[in-house]
Amino acid sequence: MFRRLPEPGALPVPGVPVTLDGNPVMARAGDSVAAVLLMAGRIACRKAPVSGEPRGPFCLMGACFDCVVTIDGAPNRQGCLVTVAPGMRIETGHGAR
Amino acid sequence: MTAVYDVAVIGAGPAGLAAATVAAQHALSTVLFDEQAAPGGQIYRAVATSSAARLAIIGDDYARGAAMIEAFRQSGATCVSGATVWAAHRRDDGRWEIGVSHGPPAARDVRFVAARAVILATGALERPFPIPGWTLPGVMAAGAAQVLLKSSGIVGEGRIVLAGTGPLLWLLASQYLNAGVDVAALLDTTPRSRRWRALPGAWDFVRSPYFARGVALVRSVRRRVRVITGVRALAASGPGRVETVQFDAAGDTHALRADLLLLHQGVVPDLNLGIAMGCAYRWNEAQACFEPVVDAWGGTTLPGVFIAGDGAGIAGADAAQARGHLAALAVANALGRIDAKARDDAASMPRALLRRALRGRAFLDTLHRPADAYRMPRGDTVVCRCEEVTAQQVIDAVRAGAPGPNQVKAFLRCGMGPCQGRCCGLTVTELVARERDVSPADAGYFRLRWPVKPITLGEAAAIGTSPEAIDAVVRESPH
Repeated sequence: MFRRLPEPGALPVPGVPVTLDGNPVMARAGDSVAAVLLMAGRIACRKAPVSGEPRGPFCLMGACFDCVVTIDGAPNRQGCLVTVAPGMRIETGHGAR
Repeated sequence: MTAVYDVAVIGAGPAGLAAATVAAQHALSTVLFDEQAAPGGQIYRAVATSSAARLAIIGDDYARGAAMIEAFRQSGATCVSGATVWAAHRRDDGRWEIGVSHGPPAARDVRFVAARAVILATGALERPFPIPGWTLPGVMAAGAAQVLLKSSGIVGEGRIVLAGTGPLLWLLASQYLNAGVDVAALLDTTPRSRRWRALPGAWDFVRSPYFARGVALVRSVRRRVRVITGVRALAASGPGRVETVQFDAAGDTHALRADLLLLHQGVVPDLNLGIAMGCAYRWNEAQACFEPVVDAWGGTTLPGVFIAGDGAGIAGADAAQARGHLAALAVANALGRIDAKARDDAASMPRALLRRALRGRAFLDTLHRPADAYRMPRGDTVVCRCEEVTAQQVIDAVRAGAPGPNQVKAFLRCGMGPCQGRCCGLTVTELVARERDVSPADAGYFRLRWPVKPITLGEAAAIGTSPEAIDAVVRESPH
């Protein structure tokens, strides 16, 4: 679905260990939580509140609220607006509101 | 953060960066709030930390944002990244009180910051592209693909289909090709009739900076990607995620397998904050969107409030930079740092830049104005993504007597979800207008209220109970 480009000659970017639904995932410094979801193949990260249909990141600019997840226990955070930090806990599937 | 700033700038794209830089250079105490992790806006996102390889893929127009950010850093303006502005209220003493939420996800800090003047540089949003299946996972905005590329060097993989109209779609195709990413198809939804209608503006376009770049871009993409023009009845289908893209072209119905569908049909001003503050706005028929009423300096109908950049009307990054510069000069004059003559003298350079940047826009606006069917869908196509309201439900509400978007919202909740109409507002306005046979200006827009982005009860409870804090969440009727 998504892949990271090789960037020959670039300075190495530090890895940032986070958990996604309890599983350890290595993100990179500067990644948004939404980028972590997409790189992990989680193009759906919640269920729509009315129909229950799967939804995932759409605009990545803070407008659409389709990438909301629970971050460090705080629900309904826009994944595209939060940059990863070491030890961050990301949980999907908790609905939208 | 100090108690009272001379000017608060909201948004750190080219308009906000220019405005904050010029304001600080005029010895105005300046604070810039931005929602993203680093300044640059969407267009110059993450440019300051980009690798040479990534800069080469994205292109020169992106790379030059680094100089703007550096000038801003040296200007002495205070920069608050990762900050969500959710309210701005005029106090009795004429100062603006700005509600800001800031900090790590589980420990947001909420506070009010006062300023004598406000420059909104909130930029643009992707225009809603309501087609059947646009809520499926794997269907994303083309701008989202650019965000991933710019901030993390992440690109799509598998069968990638681009669909829509407008320069950004072709730019993304070209960036993907530069990065060695295969694009299975580019489905161009530009109506054929648009080419003829755009002709009167073609001479200006040919003389504009966009022409040479645009022609080279389209040629290079056409050489390497299957481009299908005149695409109608575009739809995505699953189940559970996008698997197929269907469309009509050249008299036939087609279906393509897709792992990722990237949609784009232009951008529109992000007006939520300005409208909630009470700035007057109007319908722009050529661009089929609302825009704020502003004067030649970006001054709105509210005292001390300016709007610069695409948030004041879509015109692109160069125009945004010029208009940010102009708004800051107007504020410097209003706050007594420079007299009117000095302001006008200093404005000649950004005004020349603005004139150059606006040349050729009329052609692009006409050519890429999306077809009615892609702005006003029918049937069970979802219009409001948050509350899952369909086009037919909106139409039925109007037939049942709802005269405008606010009554439709009361009937159906569309526009009442967390995105607060950012993804459906224009669609609802145009559906109401068509059904009632009135202009979108007469149909009107959602009434927007604080907070313009959701804050938690915990954050609200932490605000405090001082008179200023209470005032800042009480909405005054602007009209």
